[in-house]
Amino acid sequence: MSHFQRRSPEPWRVGMLAADRRTVLKGLLGAAGLLATGPLLAACGGSAPATGGGATGEITLGSSGSEPTAKKAYQALIDAFAKSGGGTVKPNIVDNNTFQKTINSYLQGTPDDVFTWYAGYRMQTFAKKGLLHPIDAIWPAIEGNFTAATKSLCLGEDGKPYFVPIYNYPTAVFYRKSVFAQHGYQAPATFDELVSLAGRMKTDGLSPFAHGIGSGDGWTLLNTFDYLNLRTNGYQFHIDLMGGKTSWTDPKVTAVLDQWSRVIPFYQQGGAGRKWQDAQQALVDKKAGMAVAGMFVATSFTGADIDDLDFFPFPVVDPAHGLDSVEAPTDGFLLSKSPKNLDGALKLMQFIGTAAAAEAYQSGDQSNLAVVTNSDTSKYNALQTKAAALIASSKNMSQFGDRDSDPGFMSDVVIPAFSNFVSNPGQAQPTLQSIESQKSRYFSA
Amino acid sequence: MTSTTKAAGRPVRRRKMRRLTGRDKLVLGLLVGIPLVIHLALVWFPALASVFLSFTNWDGIGLNTIHGAGLSQYEQAFTNDPSFWPAVTNNVLWLVFLLALPTPFGIFLAYQLDKNIRFSRFYQTAIFLPMVISLAVVGFIWQIFYQPDYGLLNSLLGTNNPNGTYLDWLGDPKLNLGAVLVAAGWRHTAYIMILYLAGLKSFDPSLREAAAIDGANERQTFFRITFPSLRPVNVIILVVTVLEGLRAFDLVYVMGGNTGSKQGLELLSILITNNIVGESGKVGYGSALAVILLIVSLVVIIPYLVQNFRKEQR
Amino acid sequence: MTAQAPAKRVRTAVTAPRPVHKARRKVKPARVLLHVFLSVTALVWLIPLLWAVYTSLRPYEETASRGFLTFPKAITGENYVNAWQQAEFPHYFWNSILITVPAVLLTLFFAAGIAFFVTRFSFRFNLALLMLFTAGNLLPPQALITPLFQLYLKLPLPAWMSDSGLFYNSAWGVIAIHVAFQCGFCTFVLSNYMRTIPHEITEAALVDGAPVWRQFFQIILPLCRPAFAALATLESIWIYNDFFWALVLFQTGSKRPITSAIANLSGEFFTNPNLVAAGALMTAIPTLILYFLLQKQFVAGLTLGSSKG
Repeated sequence: MSHFQRRSPEPWRVGMLAADRRTVLKGLLGAAGLLATGPLLAACGGSAPATGGGATGEITLGSSGSEPTAKKAYQALIDAFAKSGGGTVKPNIVDNNTFQKTINSYLQGTPDDVFTWYAGYRMQTFAKKGLLHPIDAIWPAIEGNFTAATKSLCLGEDGKPYFVPIYNYPTAVFYRKSVFAQHGYQAPATFDELVSLAGRMKTDGLSPFAHGIGSGDGWTLLNTFDYLNLRTNGYQFHIDLMGGKTSWTDPKVTAVLDQWSRVIPFYQQGGAGRKWQDAQQALVDKKAGMAVAGMFVATSFTGADIDDLDFFPFPVVDPAHGLDSVEAPTDGFLLSKSPKNLDGALKLMQFIGTAAAAEAYQSGDQSNLAVVTNSDTSKYNALQTKAAALIASSKNMSQFGDRDSDPGFMSDVVIPAFSNFVSNPGQAQPTLQSIESQKSRYFSA
Repeated sequence: MTSTTKAAGRPVRRRKMRRLTGRDKLVLGLLVGIPLVIHLALVWFPALASVFLSFTNWDGIGLNTIHGAGLSQYEQAFTNDPSFWPAVTNNVLWLVFLLALPTPFGIFLAYQLDKNIRFSRFYQTAIFLPMVISLAVVGFIWQIFYQPDYGLLNSLLGTNNPNGTYLDWLGDPKLNLGAVLVAAGWRHTAYIMILYLAGLKSFDPSLREAAAIDGANERQTFFRITFPSLRPVNVIILVVTVLEGLRAFDLVYVMGGNTGSKQGLELLSILITNNIVGESGKVGYGSALAVILLIVSLVVIIPYLVQNFRKEQR
Repeated sequence: MTAQAPAKRVRTAVTAPRPVHKARRKVKPARVLLHVFLSVTALVWLIPLLWAVYTSLRPYEETASRGFLTFPKAITGENYVNAWQQAEFPHYFWNSILITVPAVLLTLFFAAGIAFFVTRFSFRFNLALLMLFTAGNLLPPQALITPLFQLYLKLPLPAWMSDSGLFYNSAWGVIAIHVAFQCGFCTFVLSNYMRTIPHEITEAALVDGAPVWRQFFQIILPLCRPAFAALATLESIWIYNDFFWALVLFQTGSKRPITSAIANLSGEFFTNPNLVAAGALMTAIPTLILYFLLQKQFVAGLTLGSSKG
């Protein structure tokens, strides 16, 4: 029981609005259930032929991709690895929420050889605590496949490589083309225009911004806060603030909350009790006009609807910073501290850093982008192409509030404070004071 | 352990104890010893360890990273955690509510159901169902009951109009505690009803009959005869209620979508779990909160046990 | 055989016969009022549950387009079939059984052992022992979890019992904590119950030279059957419904019991309440069956107060 807060906008945590609803349950339970047949068969002993099920070549993979799309994509990756002669991978799929909330005990217990996780501070914290195994043995073979910015995401504070990314995705303002065409809306270039667009939407009977922070979905608020801070104060200020180096009571942060309070009145009603998935459904149903979210909203749009989904970058606040930053969380893989099958696990990590792996993954999941520079992007859909261009055109790439900062600080202090602020937009000062006063619990050496 | 085993063979009162053979002593020693060891190792040892951890600063990873922190965690809780005092208040409100409504109502229902009436078992089952079904179901049931857009309550009341009245039962800090308390009362009434019913079954009905013959009306019979003579059950019910109030956790957890830090629904047990189990790993701080809860619980438990077992010392 | 007669005696003592109301008397208005009151209460208590059942029986497409508070066009068991087939229910039910059954049996056995000891062999540790177990049962579980987890990482189990070689990530570990925790309550109830068993029974056995283990297994345990039935019902419900311990103490998703596997179902990921309702309601079936099977003994066996003791 615990705070089982969801911290980052991962694609697989998004509602199953999309796709076949019958696969929904399967996504949660079936995944793990199917996997269970693995050990069961093995336990049947004699009857099971030694088709790679032997202890020697097997690599265990802890995966939080229980959602059907992610599951399919990871399976494609595993299959491609096996086909390349890498070995057998046995996945242990746990639903994402449980996976994240029990990660501390998972890594201290008997973790799988390789596991899925996130780039940035959240990875570095574990590296620093000695819960990860570095991958310097295979790093030279794959580092050439990544841009300098991506490479820096893979390093721990000790300068050693730990992380192999598989994809990233941008956060932006998503909308339906048909809704914009129907009412004659234009994608806003500045924050002022965004505010007036929201006003028009409200007059037209739409909920301008899809909003749902019930059921532990408060993390979705960080999308807006991060962008407002990046656009108002610039990348470096944002990173320093997240890293605990700058005071939250700095007037520059107050300015961000002041901007924020201009759009809060246009949030969909009842957000505090609504799940994020239900909020997203409002966008699908054309009841909400926009959603500030990661590209994973795409998973809510089925069939031809996906072509109706479009986005514009979070608009400019201060021209001095323009659109120079993009928030693009990166997901990938890590090695646990002492993998049972280290050689196999390293081989798998090396494979993940190749174009073949990226393409295999993309064959199952098109709601994000490959990060290797040499992968084939010709199969991208329009949304992916546009998203790739957005990332390429941005000078700085931030991750996400809780990945650029202490995740506990974010989930236990900042997110509750922001959830509160959204209900009482006048309370900027007390909100920030409360955050600042609790900061020392998380950032004392 | 060994003292227990030895003690088993040391007769205190009953003469027949002399007849215990070595093998008998071994059997008794194992019967008591095994559960005792399990219980001490898995319940009391961790509880004491938590007390120790509350005076440290620890991220929960690796025993070598435990650093002493004196009383600073407690100081944090009392002075610098905006959720702490609301959590205490909510726990108290929870308790007061349970004591004021569902508990007496559960007793009342039990008393009525004990009247040897027809369909008693049907009523009993219907009302007890909330305790039988799993929390996953309970949480879910109340979610579809309170869901702001399509939930039963808002649909019935017509309060899901985005441009008009919009009641966000589980989100609005002014409403959500009340909404969850309704669900808590729903379960608690069932629990108390069954416990009290069990108590009433052991109540000698001739007492009640006698009172009736003496011309006492029903209320008088209950308050003057039944209720006082069920003192042990009353104590159990009081303790169960107090502990439910203090340990309140599951309902908020499942109804809040497996999360806790929601304004208006802060509870001590949820703060503890947030700090201890999650990625943040604030074990020292979480333990301090746990110790506070532990102390309050023990303050309730000890008088109960003393009163309950005193009669056995005779 | 000696055990049979007293068993009956005890039982009748517990469910003492009520003075039979003169049936066929004219219907009292108070009785009618009472029935109305109880029916309404029962209905109110069932409404949230019935609403979930109703939701689970309707196709998603219909409720999505017409709303939930509508008269149904179609009633279907499709959601149940889908949930059952695709959520691997049998596998997770089996996991739950593997935890619940041993945990309940061990808890009852150990609790009976302690209760037997404290009620038959009165000695100075009696009170302390009973207090220790009962107080332990009342501690908040969250307060124990971190040290317990660290302990589980250090405690080895033979490989044939746990593939992790540890208490951690093993059904035995979860069973052990359930037993440790639940023993208190069961000891308390069973010791109250055993006190109603006359001492003469075991004393007679002792005179006959019966060893302690025979007294326990052949005399006391059979006599406690009603209490066991009640406790087994309650404990099964509690242990089956737990998801806290299983959540923290398992690492492998496919080993978790149905409640933790399905906990997220209650709204984390899905916006198809119909299917989730069906899945969630199905998890309640085992405890419902158990409750109905043991219902007769349930209240009778739960002698909490033993005021007649």
